[in-house]
Amino acid sequence: MLLLKLFFAFIQVGLFSVGGGYAAIPLIQEQIVNIHGLMTLEEFSDLITVAEMTPGPISINSATFVGMRIAGIPGVLLCTLGCIIPSFCICFVLAYFYYKYRTVSGVQVVLGAMRPAVVALIASAGASILMLGLFQAEIHEAVTGDIRFVELGIFVVALFLLRKFKMNAVTIILGSGVAGTFMYALTGAVSGPAVLSMFG
Amino acid sequence: MKKDYNKLWTLFRSMFVLSACTFGGGFVIVSLMKKRYVEELKWLEEDEMLDVTAITQSAPGPLPVNASVIIGYRISGIAGSLTAVSGTILPPMIIISIISMFYEQFRTNPYIAVALQVMRAGVAAVIFDVVINLAGNVLKTKRMMYIVMMIAAFIATYLLDVSAMIVILTCLGIGLADLAVTLTKKKGTVA
Repeated sequence: MLLLKLFFAFIQVGLFSVGGGYAAIPLIQEQIVNIHGLMTLEEFSDLITVAEMTPGPISINSATFVGMRIAGIPGVLLCTLGCIIPSFCICFVLAYFYYKYRTVSGVQVVLGAMRPAVVALIASAGASILMLGLFQAEIHEAVTGDIRFVELGIFVVALFLLRKFKMNAVTIILGSGVAGTFMYALTGAVSGPAVLSMFG
Repeated sequence: MKKDYNKLWTLFRSMFVLSACTFGGGFVIVSLMKKRYVEELKWLEEDEMLDVTAITQSAPGPLPVNASVIIGYRISGIAGSLTAVSGTILPPMIIISIISMFYEQFRTNPYIAVALQVMRAGVAAVIFDVVINLAGNVLKTKRMMYIVMMIAAFIATYLLDVSAMIVILTCLGIGLADLAVTLTKKKGTVA
């Protein structure tokens, strides 16, 4: 019955976490900590730390973490499944309608107005991550922080490789991790930077 | 049929790799998906990728999963959606399952902390690369309205912390108004 409870808790998380990412955190906390008492608040903050340090959407990460802690592999499967079922159904229907009607000229006019905004949203996410990388701070605080030259160098070289040689994005991301760690290890600064949240 | 399996396998593999490398939120994976499916595989058009992003942002649930459902559907219907979503959710499931057992060592390891910090510079470069292309295309439309909307949306989200969903919905409203104006104009010329 515990498994079933977990499953339904995460269906609710999946259904109501509109806006994605960090918007889901309070929702997960409510379901897992406050309502069902499946984790303590301390375990939950551990979970957020881990979720920030690993790839993947935060709600999938927490579903896996909670599921594993409470019920092992079956828990992982059920929680994750619960988490994605609502969005799977909704997006499937949206996909159906989008591909059915997207060539209609009226629909094109409306979609056309949304595209510049999407470009801006992606740019904004990029700017936030760059600021975190260079100053370990958001733009508002950046003035006081010292710039990190290792990260600046990596950013410039990476962008050059992407633009000029069309290098693979995955190679760039993993390569910058390896190159940067190596440079910090050389300068003996590895006791170094604490991991901050990606979006503050 | 054979070809279909090949396509599904490529889809699964691509989603798996992208998802495993997505540090830092939904828009990172959108940039990676754009590079992979629009530029490398040429499965999607650029506008389509932007539409998919707008749709996924307005639906509940994790953005990468939502985008996988729609892109998978486009590639090969429901089988594509299921394949793409499996590829997307498996890496975080595997990684977190392992980490949940070695949590303390993971959290306190200084090398991991440094690698994660410097990787942001690489992630930012990938996003900027994608944004340069996308913004260039918006400028090429030479429609003042789109260019102003792009700049305004950037200021709203980055400097004013307006949520992405509100920005998308506002632009949906502007788009509907634009449609209404276009339709009235058409009517005007007929009459």
